[in-house]
Amino acid sequence: MTASADTLGPPPTSVGVIGWLRKNLFSTWYNTALTLVSLWLIYTVVGQLLVWTFTTARWEVITANLRLFMVGPFPPEQVWRVWIVLCIVSVLMGLSASVYGGTMRTFAVWLAAAFATLIVLDLIAEQARPFADFARRVAEGGASQFWLALPGMVWLLVNLALLALGWSIGRGRAQWRTALILAWLGSFFVTVALLQGYGKDTWLPEIGTNLWGGLLLTFMLSVVSIVVSFPLGVLLALGRRSKLPAIKIFCILYIELVRGVPLVTILYMTQIMLPLFLPGELRIDNVARAMAAFTLFTAAYMAENVRGGLQAIPTGQIEAAHAVGLNDAQTTLLIVLPQALRMVIPAIVGLFISLFKDTTLATIVALLELLGVGRSVLAQSEFLGLQTEVYVFVAAIFFVFSYAMSFASYRVEEALGVGKR
Amino acid sequence: MDQPQRTSVPFWRDVRVLMILSQIVFVILLALLAGFFYSNLASAMRDRGLVAGFDFLQRESGFEIGEGLIPYKPSDLYGHAFVVGVLNTLLISVVGIFLATILGVLTGIARLSSNWLINQIAAAYIEIIRNTPLLVQLVFVYFGIFVKLPPIRDTLEWGGAFFANQRGVFVPRPLPSPTFDQWTSFVLFAVLGAFLLWLFLSRHATYRYTFYPITLPVAWLILLPLAGWFLVGQTPIDFEIPERGRFNFTGGLALSPEFSALLTGLVIYTAAFIAEVVRGGLQAVRRGQIEAARATGLNEAHVLYLIVFPQAMRVIVPPLTSQYLNLAKNSSLAIAIGYPDLFNVGATIANQTGQPVPVIMLIMATYLAMSLTTSVLMNIYNARIQVLEK
Repeated sequence: MTASADTLGPPPTSVGVIGWLRKNLFSTWYNTALTLVSLWLIYTVVGQLLVWTFTTARWEVITANLRLFMVGPFPPEQVWRVWIVLCIVSVLMGLSASVYGGTMRTFAVWLAAAFATLIVLDLIAEQARPFADFARRVAEGGASQFWLALPGMVWLLVNLALLALGWSIGRGRAQWRTALILAWLGSFFVTVALLQGYGKDTWLPEIGTNLWGGLLLTFMLSVVSIVVSFPLGVLLALGRRSKLPAIKIFCILYIELVRGVPLVTILYMTQIMLPLFLPGELRIDNVARAMAAFTLFTAAYMAENVRGGLQAIPTGQIEAAHAVGLNDAQTTLLIVLPQALRMVIPAIVGLFISLFKDTTLATIVALLELLGVGRSVLAQSEFLGLQTEVYVFVAAIFFVFSYAMSFASYRVEEALGVGKR
Repeated sequence: MDQPQRTSVPFWRDVRVLMILSQIVFVILLALLAGFFYSNLASAMRDRGLVAGFDFLQRESGFEIGEGLIPYKPSDLYGHAFVVGVLNTLLISVVGIFLATILGVLTGIARLSSNWLINQIAAAYIEIIRNTPLLVQLVFVYFGIFVKLPPIRDTLEWGGAFFANQRGVFVPRPLPSPTFDQWTSFVLFAVLGAFLLWLFLSRHATYRYTFYPITLPVAWLILLPLAGWFLVGQTPIDFEIPERGRFNFTGGLALSPEFSALLTGLVIYTAAFIAEVVRGGLQAVRRGQIEAARATGLNEAHVLYLIVFPQAMRVIVPPLTSQYLNLAKNSSLAIAIGYPDLFNVGATIANQTGQPVPVIMLIMATYLAMSLTTSVLMNIYNARIQVLEK
């Protein structure tokens, strides 16, 4: 604007697209060579991948078994419970999006986009068939069939609506921040109760954890384990810094022992040895045993992360707390832990991501989580030899969730200013 | 006690007493829990007719193991079978760590490349691998690639020396020729000489920064064995090329599909993590350090060797150690694809003998010993490079 006629602009080869290309791809002769080799590599790999995805791959192995991949052997007539759980998540997500903003808003947008995509895909693949099916079943079975036969597409639409509803309710209500955290925590217990049910012939018949499967089981294994291991990890971390040698030694032994062995040995131990350790009348099924293994394993790593946070609290904080008359317990609870835990949030998200991925190990002890379902699908005679399709699908699901969480962790890290000090 | 009554604290409010008391309570609770578990274990074992102890290790195993470093047959003892498994775990860990380090360092450097495309390819590799479970990658590599390799008559071939088919991967095997012993003395002399040279130079030439004490020893270390290679007359190492027989390949080094798949999976997975460690370490060296080094007249090689690497290594070594340990522990996923490692063989023994408790203890103790040994070694190395700080 202020440049006069005699001021020359930068040469066209150093700005704009050409400038960028010169600077980033063709700066020296070997960079040019590397660029050309990379281009060739991308062309071959991505080209083959695209051809495979859209022509060779037989994706019907996924679509035909979609319910198995999502919920495993969960009774089909009870799948509405899983949909309700998803509805709760959608409402909370919508509320969080407007109450917290930031990363949560990004997530809510992604979730809405995912719902919309699934609806469109479903429409393309199935067209009006589910609705015709639904009308027929309700006509035959009466009103009791209404909820059971409701097409997934409708549930997805409901979720989308609830997401929007939550978002519009939460607008301008920053005072709900704390309540919302409690609501998320409460939704965890509601979820477990809803999925588990009670009694035999009640409106919510009990569904044993051995019938949980697929992505649902993957989520439940990781969420239950991280939630339960959190208090354990905090206690272990505090114990490791304790002045009482007996407690300190116990905590160090526990943490180092667990961290020194592979997760699969702990899984194997709980599968085989836990029934031996407990009295004969106390039977716990293998999903609960796997949860115990993941919890015990994660608690040790959680403790080390929390310890990192505890160590980062300056001693001045503790001395000041003592000076104003707080005792040791009050200092820990009111001064040290709030600051330490805030600092380790990114590390805990990282831990959750690796736990989420590690739940695949449950397939080694014959649980039907996502990978286990994939392997059992591959045993069906009509889908033999479709390993690539199934494993790529499973890997893609894990990738989407893990990547989203690491993105969130990165954003939280920036917001908290960790590592910027 | 001649103190006045009012300043003395009743024992139930005395911190020292409370500390001891709470520990006693804790230990008693722990002992009660252990006793509870033990009595249940004892009764459960009695009910199922299990006996405690490690006597079963002296019995004949009776099962096959696919591969191993030491000879083994089903008539050998369980203890022997276990050792085969331990050696297999060590083999896959050592080879895996070696290859993962190379791939990881290269990827980490590529991630910092000024070439945008190279940078993005490395980033895509790292993100895809780090955000998918290792076990999914392993079963994909094994069932999706190695099991699906063509049968022997359609063997894949690279350069007439590398082959791959359903039975595994076949590569040339290095074999010592008659002149190997003579050449070894050259190598020993080179190593020894290079070490002494380095010791001498690093003691006496540190301040003459115009040359750094590593060039000469490294040149010595490379050139002497190279000269020896040609001086001994016949090449000291022959490569035995695998040959296609009617039913299978003979000669060369045969890697089973299980070993190859596990190695590929572990290396690709761990390398992605090592790449991030390397990138973090190199980025942790402050820009000012590099600029200051250039300003004092050091050339690029000097800057890297004298300024960047020593500082980056301090950041890199601790997380690198935990990646090495992770690789060794992750090798226990071999059970999913049937490679006979320590855990896989152990699980078979536990199944056959019906002695899960001692076997799982043995397995855990072995892994623990491996982890602790690696930790101690890497800690010693770490302590060494940290001393440079002063």
